Amino acid sequence: MALEFQGVSKVVNGQVHIHPTDLMLHSGTMNVLLGPTLSGKTSLMRLMAGLDVPNTGRILWQGKDVTGMRVQDRKVAMVYQQFINYPSMSVYDNIASPMRLMGKSATEVDKAVHKAADLMRLSPFLDRKPLELSGGQQQRCALARALVKDAGLVLLDEPLANLDYKLREELRSEIPKIFEEAGSIFVYATTEPEEALLLGGNTATVWQGRVIQFGLTPDVYRHPLNATSARVFSDPPMNFLEVRKSGGRLEFGDGQSVAVTGPAAALTDGIYRAGFRPNHLELNQHVKDAMQFNTRLHVTEITGSETFVHLEHHGERWVGLMHGVQDLTLGADLPVWLDPAHVYLFAQDGSLAAPASYAVAA
Amino acid sequence: MASIPAQRTRPRFNIVMVLYILFMLLPIYWLINMSLKTNAEIISTFSLWPQNLTFANYATILTDSSWYLGYVNSMIYVSINMVISLVVALPAAYAFSRYSFMGDKHLFFWLLTNRMSPPAVFALPFFQLYSSVGLFDTHIAVALAHTLFNVPLAVWILEGFMRGVPKEIDETAYIDGYSFPRFFVRIFTPLISSGIGVAAFFIFMFSWVELLLSRTLTSVNAKPIAAVMTRTVSASGMDWGVLAAAGVLTILPGALVIYFVRNHIAKGFALGRV
Repeated sequence: MALEFQGVSKVVNGQVHIHPTDLMLHSGTMNVLLGPTLSGKTSLMRLMAGLDVPNTGRILWQGKDVTGMRVQDRKVAMVYQQFINYPSMSVYDNIASPMRLMGKSATEVDKAVHKAADLMRLSPFLDRKPLELSGGQQQRCALARALVKDAGLVLLDEPLANLDYKLREELRSEIPKIFEEAGSIFVYATTEPEEALLLGGNTATVWQGRVIQFGLTPDVYRHPLNATSARVFSDPPMNFLEVRKSGGRLEFGDGQSVAVTGPAAALTDGIYRAGFRPNHLELNQHVKDAMQFNTRLHVTEITGSETFVHLEHHGERWVGLMHGVQDLTLGADLPVWLDPAHVYLFAQDGSLAAPASYAVAA
Repeated sequence: MASIPAQRTRPRFNIVMVLYILFMLLPIYWLINMSLKTNAEIISTFSLWPQNLTFANYATILTDSSWYLGYVNSMIYVSINMVISLVVALPAAYAFSRYSFMGDKHLFFWLLTNRMSPPAVFALPFFQLYSSVGLFDTHIAVALAHTLFNVPLAVWILEGFMRGVPKEIDETAYIDGYSFPRFFVRIFTPLISSGIGVAAFFIFMFSWVELLLSRTLTSVNAKPIAAVMTRTVSASGMDWGVLAAAGVLTILPGALVIYFVRNHIAKGFALGRV
């Protein structure tokens, strides 16, 4: 009971959209494809659905090769980022259409449609045409259609991206609950790390047509395989700086250094790339041996409860996420602190050398 | 104060509109006026409305088979032409809007160039070809000849409408389990019904008013009304009243078609490319 990619790749007009990919998705799991736009999330989904045929490799569904199988013959449901419904049919007929095509009886269809409509809170609108609904209701109609199909594989391609903030939060908490009991494989594409963390399950970080890392969502978050995976799974992106490990010390900036603790202590001496997440940067010194950086403040963005500070440190652009509204002088020098326990060390080739010690403890 | 200019321009604008419509309708009014007069009145006096109102001209057309069969013939080949053109153009337009294949853009442009050549160019080859294969003086001959001009136009219009339908709807339908023919008929066609209406309108208009090909390719059995009208200079001179009545009856179908598709046309001009 699983969907398996074996060396699947996709090339369109000489451009590689998907590099050879191996992936195993088990039934009853929520799988998040996380990556920036144009990273290949939608291409992967189209291959999973069977809308595109891979150039190389095989796709196995429950152990059977389904690589060239028609879309109609697969048990797949898909919801797009755009609100895609059949505009000429009523909401009821929209939701009912996949079941009717499967040859289900009218009473069966009616029961399933009403159940799905209740879940998606569409019951009062069953007689309307989809274009007479609000954006959120249109997308719920599309979700309801995917739900009644009872497909083994449900693909949700950024289903909440075009919705307003409130609706997105509401649906985001509903979707895992609604689909949990169905027992199918869920694939959910998103550009937002926050969404991946909220949905849980497994996460695959996707970058330039490659699946960089696949595993349980918290594991991928805490133990990024390499700098790319860490960059994808951090919003705002992870900050980096050059460090040199020499003896028991980590040297950085203008000849400053801190004692090496945790997993990094076992590393050989040399130059590493240190990465840390924006929310770990502090305006005050909280721990005794925190790393202190002298940075220049470029921009501050205040979201209400938080402040994003855009900093420059030795030619590297950093973003810090500070609690509360911070009143800071633009263009001025700003000292910031970082607990070394939050620092990931990456080797020169980008692979993870040592995870942050807080991640190991957790 | 601000409302005064509006009050001043309104009546003037209305006068312009009324004059414009009067001038536009004058020939049509005169045609109707003539059709309701006797020949003697038409030739002898100048009268703004019929002095001796008569429906004899219309009675002539509706009872004389050489007249009313002209309408029947025209309607038959126009209908055949509409069906053939749409049946051919719908899949072609779908292919152009959904797939990219070698030379698709050139082929699409070449379709339009078909519209650029005057029908007269094709009168001779069609006449010779149809005569030699025994299609001369049949309804299907005229219908086929007109598709040469109508299919490219229909493809052009329909492609614009189809391009406006997101490809994701096609894919969602396939995922839901629709086969292609079922998707095309049940889901896709209703979405582009305005486009089909607009395309049908233009096909009708071309085929209904086209004179040269339809006259060249027919003699007796499939003679269109336009040809009948232009050949009615008999030994007894011009039969003005009957000709005018025939003109009125020729305008009517076009006016009816426009009335029924008027909402689609407005929508069509905005959505499609036409």
